[in-house]
Amino acid sequence: MSGIGTGYDLSVSTFSPDGRVFQTDYAQKAIDNSGTVVGIKCKDGVVLGVEKTIVSKMLEKGSNKRTFPVDRHAGMAVAGVIADGRQVVNRAFDEAVQYKSFYGDSIPGQVLADRVASFVHVFNLYWYARPFGTSVLLAAYDDSGPQLYVVEPSGNCHRFFGTAVGKGRQAAKTEIERLKLGEISCEQGVVEVAKILYSVHDEEKPFELEISWICDASDREFRRVPDAILEAAEQQAKASLEESDMED
Amino acid sequence: MDHLRAYADALERELSQEVSLGTTIMAATFDGGVVLGADSRTSTGNYIANRVTDKLTQLTDRVYVCRSGSAADTQAISSYVQFYLHQHQMELNDEILVKTAASLATKLVYSNKEALQAGLIVAGYDSREGGQVFALPLGGTLVKVPFSIGGSGSAYIYGFCDKNWRPGMSEEDCQAFVVKAVGLALARDGSSGGCIRTVVITKDGVRRSFLPNDKIPPAYGNLSFQGTTAMPVDTA
Repeated sequence: MSGIGTGYDLSVSTFSPDGRVFQTDYAQKAIDNSGTVVGIKCKDGVVLGVEKTIVSKMLEKGSNKRTFPVDRHAGMAVAGVIADGRQVVNRAFDEAVQYKSFYGDSIPGQVLADRVASFVHVFNLYWYARPFGTSVLLAAYDDSGPQLYVVEPSGNCHRFFGTAVGKGRQAAKTEIERLKLGEISCEQGVVEVAKILYSVHDEEKPFELEISWICDASDREFRRVPDAILEAAEQQAKASLEESDMED
Repeated sequence: MDHLRAYADALERELSQEVSLGTTIMAATFDGGVVLGADSRTSTGNYIANRVTDKLTQLTDRVYVCRSGSAADTQAISSYVQFYLHQHQMELNDEILVKTAASLATKLVYSNKEALQAGLIVAGYDSREGGQVFALPLGGTLVKVPFSIGGSGSAYIYGFCDKNWRPGMSEEDCQAFVVKAVGLALARDGSSGGCIRTVVITKDGVRRSFLPNDKIPPAYGNLSFQGTTAMPVDTA
């Protein structure tokens, strides 16, 4: 990240001599500093969890949402600049609607991910544009089963069993690797995601947990996890956090 | 020479009309697939422009369309749908659904409904829903049906088809049903004729067959009374 002062970091339309596009790297930085977002694919669906920092004591609970449905069978979680993220979510929504009206069937997860990635990528090509300061996690459930994708500001798109972006991503990914994702259900997955987000959270600031899923329990539709299940998961997460603190 | 001039004028008038598929087409589902059938006549007024036309056009590996109405319009629509489905195949990298082909066709027909004369039947097989038939009549409506008949000749066989189509037929029974129905329409409809073409689509692939005009089983109305015909009389 040594583009500063060299003049190569002002525009996405110029490569640096060692082959980087610094604006794209900086966009990634915007995400690396934001609240952690975790996604895991369980045996019956996908769970997306967001660590949402509470910016003011006077904020109502549930404001500034970071998970969004895109179609009945797909949804997204946004890390980084939410305003940018909503732009990406809106595009995903439009793609899903357009696909369905043209081809008469719901957009497959892979196609949606590719199309969103193409959209995001275009903002890395022109001097008058800046890349999105956001990474989106895309959960979809179609004929080929549940899927989890991540679209980065560069336009890169990867499919994962489980992944994390944002501030606590390293620790979160280590925790995810420990899970037996092929064996646990989404009900257990919600608890694991809550535990991970509580464990990677920097204790100084208050935060709100937002978890959405798409699985058999949600009729294979992308929805926010019901309050009762979310609260139970948070209780378990807090309990296991205290347990591990005792050990320390 | 005046009579020749009159004849030439009449022929000129005849040939300057639109090339049209005054037609009998149909498609029917059975256990495991679909059968499509069509006659082979293309007319320009009273003139038969082609007596061995193929009105069963391939859209994808396992989806075909039966065309009726204007030959030019339905050919153009089919080739647009082929083009869009080809593009779709590139993006999807998976089996194309029959309803996707039907949806594309109806989009084209509906958005150009004032300019087109096209009655289509889209039929095929996909592993999600098996054999399917979609009727796509003039205005651009899209209806999923167990079987469908179309073209001028179909008016004569509604009763026959309503009575004889059954759910869960075997492939052989269904093909026999289609050939019989198209044969009956050919016998009564002046604008249908020639041969009978069929396409059978299952999970195993596509099988085409062709029944020449002289092999079409005669309908009762075609037979003369009391054995004055060489044709066999079905006494069953």
